Parts: sequence; C-alpha cells; structure tokens
Amino acid sequence: MTGTGLTDDSIIRFARGVRLQHDRVRERWIIQAPERAFIPDPIAAEVLKLVDGTRTLGQIVSELASRFAAPVDVIGRDVHVMVSDLTTRQVLVVS
Amino acid sequence: MTDTLLSPMSLLAELTHRCPLQCPYCSNPLALEPRRNELSTAEWISVLDQAAEMGVLQVHFSGGEPMSRPDLPDLIRHAVGLGLYTNLITSGVLLNEKTFPVLVEAGLDHVQLSFQDIDTANAEHVGGMKGAQARKIEAARLIAADGMPLTLNFVIYRENACRVPRMLEAAVEMGARRVEIAHTQYYGWGLANRAALMPTPAQLEQTTQAVEAARKEYEGRLSIDYVTPDYYADRPKPCMGGWGRRFINISPSGRVLPCHAAETIPNVTFPDVRTDTLEHIWREAPLFTMFRGTDWMPQPCRSCDQREKDWGGCRCQALALAGNAAATDPVCSRAPDHGRVLEVLETLPVEPPPFRYRRYTRATDEVG
Ligand code: SF4
Ligand code: SF4
Repeated sequence: MTGTGLTDDSIIRFARGVRLQHDRVRERWIIQAPERAFIPDPIAAEVLKLVDGTRTLGQIVSELASRFAAPVDVIGRDVHVMVSDLTTRQVLVVS
Repeated sequence: MTDTLLSPMSLLAELTHRCPLQCPYCSNPLALEPRRNELSTAEWISVLDQAAEMGVLQVHFSGGEPMSRPDLPDLIRHAVGLGLYTNLITSGVLLNEKTFPVLVEAGLDHVQLSFQDIDTANAEHVGGMKGAQARKIEAARLIAADGMPLTLNFVIYRENACRVPRMLEAAVEMGARRVEIAHTQYYGWGLANRAALMPTPAQLEQTTQAVEAARKEYEGRLSIDYVTPDYYADRPKPCMGGWGRRFINISPSGRVLPCHAAETIPNVTFPDVRTDTLEHIWREAPLFTMFRGTDWMPQPCRSCDQREKDWGGCRCQALALAGNAAATDPVCSRAPDHGRVLEVLETLPVEPPPFRYRRYTRATDEVG
C-alpha cells in the first residue's frame, strides 16, 4: 500500500498531473486532477500549500504547528492521516 | 430565474468530427460536421480565453479524433498558459513518438485513451481499422514512459462485456492510473445501434462484480470509474451534473451546447461562438435556460425530493425515448414513459444484429 512507510523524513510531492490552484472566480483553493477538480477543506489546503517536493513531512508539520500555535504531536497525527489518504487517492506521492 | 447561476467548471472542446475509426457506439451526431465548417485556430483561442475568464477549470479536447487537428499543440499551450487543466480524449491511433513529445512540450496534463476492446480482432472489427490496436498499445506505452497520468477508457457493450476482468488487468499492466469501464450511452450512433450493443442483465451483473473485485485488488494503484447503462437503473443519472450547470460543450463548427447530444433538441436555435459571446450564451441562450434548474420540470419531478440531485435525468434521453425533451427521463421508474425502457429491454434480440458503422466520408484522406 502506498500509504505505509510514511515518516517525518518522507518528502511529499504532488503526483504528476495533480496540482493545487487558486480559483480566482470562485475565490477558493482547488485540487486539479485528471478529469476532476475538487475542493480541499481549509486545513488540507494549508497542508497542500506547503507541499513543494522538497519539504519533508516533519518540516510541514512543524511549520503548521508554529503557524497555528498548536502542539506538534496533535498536528502531526492529523497531517499523517491526511497525507496517507491523499496518497491512496493518487493526489500526493511520497519519496 | 429562481436558481443562482453557477459558473461553468468544464469545457468540452470537440475540435473535429474527423476520426480514422468508425465505432458504432460513437456519441457523435449522425450528421457529422465537414472539415470546412470547423472553427479556426483563432476562434478556438478566443473560446479558451472566454472560458477561463468565466471560471472554467478544465478543458477536455475531444472529437472525433482531436489529434486530426494540426493546431492541437497550440491550443493546449494556450490553455495551459491560462491555467486551465488540459485533458486529451483520444483514440491513440495518431499518437506516436513523433506527435506525443510535442504535446508533452505544450504542457498537456492528462490523456484519456480509448479502447474498443482488449481482444484485438474484435476491437478492430468494431473500430473498423486494421492495426489500430497495436498503435493504441504503443500510445499507452509512450504516455506511461513519460509519466503523464493516463486513463484508459473501455466502452462496454454486448460483445465485450465478458472481457472486463482482462481490461482491468491490462489497465494495470499498461501503467494507467485510472480506468473507465463505461457501458455504452445510447445517443447518436450508439442509439442507432442499440439492439446490437445493449448487454443482457446477466452481463451487467458480471461486469459489476468484476469492477468491485478489482477495486479491492488495485486500491491505491488504479481508480476505476464505472458507468452502468442507464436503461437498467431505476433512477436517472444527473446528466452533465444538471443542464447548463457545470459543462459547456462546443461542437466542431462552434455550436455551444449544454451536452454533446443536445443538437437533437428540436425547435430551438443553437447558439454559436462565431456570433455571440460564451458568457452571454451561458446566461441567456434559450438552449441553456430552457432546462436549467427546476422551473421547467413536469410532474412527477416537480414535487420529487430527488429533483435537485438528478435534475430530472437526461433531456436527450427523454427526447429519444419519450419523444419529448421536457419529459421526465424515462429511465426513472416514476416516469410516465418508463414502459418504453422496459420494452426495449424485454425485446432485446437473441442474436444481436450487425452494426451500422459510423461513416465519415473522406475522413481517412483528410487525417494526417
Ligand atoms: S468513438 Fe470511435 S469513431 Fe467516435 S470519435 Fe471515438 S474513436 Fe472515433
Ligand atoms: S421523478 Fe424526476 S426528479 Fe424524481 S427521481 Fe425521477 S427523474 Fe429524478
């Protein structure tokens, strides 16, 4: 399974053909993917904005923790679940 | 208007009706558009500009065979520059190591590659082109090798329904990320060949089981879109996500339609990008407003709790089966004309009749 093996050192990037894009007409973030566009919830959008193919999962978590003044372990758990779900849905890939 | 007007999400750009294949289930209209009527490159560029301005997010280049248009790379490049997600819907027979890199370089995001069958002999019998299967397989190889996301599309009908498990295996082997197992839709040429194409209830059951098994087996590697034949459902599909709500379809000659089959609707003027703006057409053209929302609905839809879920089903199907585009989709078991659907299913021939082939005269010498 693609979701396993996710650690703090995993580098996260978008799968080819998938991207986060700002929809200026509807004023919201969208995920553009093969033959569908979907709307990430506000938290997912914050996570995805940090996915650039160089940051590790750990770096994304600590960045979010400091930005939202929240405990690293709580944020970490949520982000892990979200990233693993998005890899199963072929939005993100882990390397 | 009681409903708020939404911005369109997707543009279906039917660049041409020309195609080297002649599938008897093709959703193109029976009267195919000749090349001389096709929109020019500049006209398509203007369509893309207007669509992006209106909030369209994805553009699907289709046809016919969109790769028959030499300006396809320019149109893709332009769409990419506008931030549109670009999808190519192709038969793959013109996609090779010369033509594909140009599309990659133009920034194409995704390819949907269609197969008539996984069995070569039957695929080429249905598509009417010798050697097509090898070209398609080579096309899939090139796309997968590049890493561009690939969706395979298999249209399912009576003769190939038994091979769905092999199609799913092949999709994984060919490196596809998505596969569509799509039962034939009965519009255009598909409607003309309905008796030859419609699967039996047992076949439908088998394909459903094959899809469910593969969904478990390939989770995370292959996502499967499964489209069942409307005629066997009790409730219609929300055709195009509702009339004039999400999609704009442009025909090769520039007619602006709420769906690709809408040219069958009688007694209405077809809006044209050559003489009007896309925005104005979307808002005001009678073809778009006539079935938008729920105001147009007859009973039983009008007072049905599903009316904003399925939007009363498909207008073109209502026209084809009930003779009235404003009727409840006869697929719905609550529709007064539901008997027509049952009658079609009850009178399926034991031996399917021969196909009536989609012909595009002089298509082959124009393609190249
Ligand atoms: S369905 Fe067949 S004939 Fe029609 S456009 Fe596609 S490949 Fe060509
Ligand atoms: S009656 Fe109309 S709205 Fe209700 S389920 Fe049937 S088609 Fe849909």
